[in-house]
Amino acid sequence: MGKAVGVKLIDEYGRRHDGRLPDQMRPVRMRINVLENADGSALVEYGRTRILAAVYGPREPVQKFMALPDRALLRVRYHMAPFSTEERKSPAPSRREIELSKVIREAFEDIILVKYFPRTAIDIFLEVLQADGGTRTAAVTAASLALANAGIPMKALVAGVAVGKIEGQLVLDVDEIEDGSGEADMPVAYAPDIEKITLFQLNGVLTREELEKGLNMALSAIRELVELEKRTLKEEYVSTEEV
Amino acid sequence: MAQRTIVTPGDKLPGDVEAKEPYVVEINGVKVATTIGLLDTSGEKPVYIPLQSIYVPKKGDVVIGLVQSVGVVNWTLDINSPYNGVLPASDFLGRPYNPATDDLSQYLQVGDYVKVKIVAFDRTRNPLLTVQDKGLGKIVDGKILEVQPSKIPRIIGKKRSMLEMLKKETGCEIFVAVNGRIHVKCPDEDRETILILAIKMIERQAHTTGLTARVQEYIEELKKVKGVE
Amino acid sequence: MSLTPFKVPIVPELRKSTILSLLAKGLRTSERDLVTPRIVKVKTGVIERAEGSAQVELGNTKVLVGVKTDVGAPFRDTPDEGVITVNAELVPLASPLFEPGPPDENAIELARVIDRSIRETNAVDRKSLAIIPGSKVWVIHVDIYVLDHDGNLFDASMLATMAALMNTMLPDYEELETGEIILDRGKKTTPLKINKKVLTVNIAKIGDYLVVDPDLDEETVADTRIVVAYDEEGNIVGIQKSGPGAMSREEVLKAVDIGREAVKIYFKSLEEATGRAE
Repeated sequence: MGKAVGVKLIDEYGRRHDGRLPDQMRPVRMRINVLENADGSALVEYGRTRILAAVYGPREPVQKFMALPDRALLRVRYHMAPFSTEERKSPAPSRREIELSKVIREAFEDIILVKYFPRTAIDIFLEVLQADGGTRTAAVTAASLALANAGIPMKALVAGVAVGKIEGQLVLDVDEIEDGSGEADMPVAYAPDIEKITLFQLNGVLTREELEKGLNMALSAIRELVELEKRTLKEEYVSTEEV
Repeated sequence: MAQRTIVTPGDKLPGDVEAKEPYVVEINGVKVATTIGLLDTSGEKPVYIPLQSIYVPKKGDVVIGLVQSVGVVNWTLDINSPYNGVLPASDFLGRPYNPATDDLSQYLQVGDYVKVKIVAFDRTRNPLLTVQDKGLGKIVDGKILEVQPSKIPRIIGKKRSMLEMLKKETGCEIFVAVNGRIHVKCPDEDRETILILAIKMIERQAHTTGLTARVQEYIEELKKVKGVE
Repeated sequence: MSLTPFKVPIVPELRKSTILSLLAKGLRTSERDLVTPRIVKVKTGVIERAEGSAQVELGNTKVLVGVKTDVGAPFRDTPDEGVITVNAELVPLASPLFEPGPPDENAIELARVIDRSIRETNAVDRKSLAIIPGSKVWVIHVDIYVLDHDGNLFDASMLATMAALMNTMLPDYEELETGEIILDRGKKTTPLKINKKVLTVNIAKIGDYLVVDPDLDEETVADTRIVVAYDEEGNIVGIQKSGPGAMSREEVLKAVDIGREAVKIYFKSLEEATGRAE
């Protein structure tokens, strides 16, 4: 991540480099049913960060040895398109993509009702089409929508957002410039209906008080994100409702 | 108070709601929806119907399968489910089977549709299929349509009202399988087109009320446009 | 692609219910309470040919960390800073669960969590590692070798890494007229400059209980784990929720607080082993 030179991240009015207030998210867009072949799909944007999610399954895995006898196995691939970043990223999976694929899969292991589909695989493919900070959390939101779109039973919907600390202040939904020059970056994924945190990381330094305050900020924003997910899912049906 | 509302995963449902697992589960004593669905509180008991569902085979189901691969002693069929079905050669041929002299691809090839019944299915092995029953076997004519399995009940309708209306208005033979596949045989192409359009309309509006009447109107309009009586 | 693991240790149901009933009484199978780590043994300088090294035994878990130094080019956007790389190997001899091959997602996660804890805090002073700013800097390679897996590779590896770094001596070098740097690995007189000490505490959630330093059985039956990194002032310098399963907001905050107390035990072991108190 590049460091911003000469850009003041927070001005004297408390506005961030893009004019946002500290507890303000970037504009969020959510769409489902964006792909024909996938069983479920979604496109999620947090400002310029754009994630495409596709879900296939439950289906029998080609390699039978990986199937689990009593539940569906989850396969998650978080991948960044080569053109998604400032400098072209090699298409080969990086260590970062491998780690993020793992934490994102773990964000859904306890959410999807895997016990109903033994010996099958549920595939979640996440492509970062454009990266501007907060990609893993936007990816979690996209995955949640795509899973619901595929009709895969879940205990609850999940959404994610990253809280950062820049120039000593906690800010919501960090973009790349803020992430690169900030003192902390804390991605969180949460399912408000069951009040469970399913992804949680911190990169940077926070005091105990900042941790709690930042976490609350994230959970509050996620509640709104999940409300938007629900509206997006319902819209599919409401638009064809006869008056 | 809205009688029919769309609910999404995680939404809480009334305690006495009628619904099937896994579309509804109990978390901490509260019933929760797990898929996008319709909550209908207009009747005696609230009912939850998933709008998006995955077909899980049940013993006794009659389904339309698509041959995926030809094996040595059986065929593997895609039955629009997470699990592929297995149709044994001995069942299809109705006699003991000799791998030396019988070439299975002579009877069913990849891409063939077959009407089958689920004989057995448990969570440790793939669904076992049979054609040894009335009306089952290879499908040789007509067309196969695929819809969301959750829409099938709506295509049949209360007391088969929708299905009977479709048959009467289009003059087509229609077989609706629970795995989301529909076999149609129509007297001509125009009627086939009209039927397909009507079914697509039902699929899109399955969650609305007064649908049967509206679909009937739509069919009548299309018949006028196409000059079909 | 990340897959739900299909090769997991089998913990018999009886053992799992034993663990849970003990937890209800505030006890664990290893005769300690919920907030106390296992016995820690730290030894530094165990690999003479490495520039720094340490071996940690946390209960039966054994991790060896070796530090090798080299001279190389700096990163483009930090021309006056040294480079630190962290790699972890879950070698097959350490556990029936480990397969030979390149680092899998668990090894990568372990290395990256440790790397971030050191990097974000500038625990190792990277500016002091510039030899010729813009062209030649020290490259510090930290290699984590797990020798025996009985749970909680995170804490053992972090402790061993910190001890090994504190044990690291940079080789003397000579700068030629051509700009080339010649190292004399036989002579090491400059200690690696350490700004901060950072250690982690791994807390597992088993049902409604939070346990510090889970052993392998506890990790296997746990719903999930949270690894929290702390500096000596009690600041939180890294977090990784690792594992399926979820935690409530209260559990997360409680885990962070429990860990903050438990990490003092680890810092004490580090101090004793490296003889360097702040």
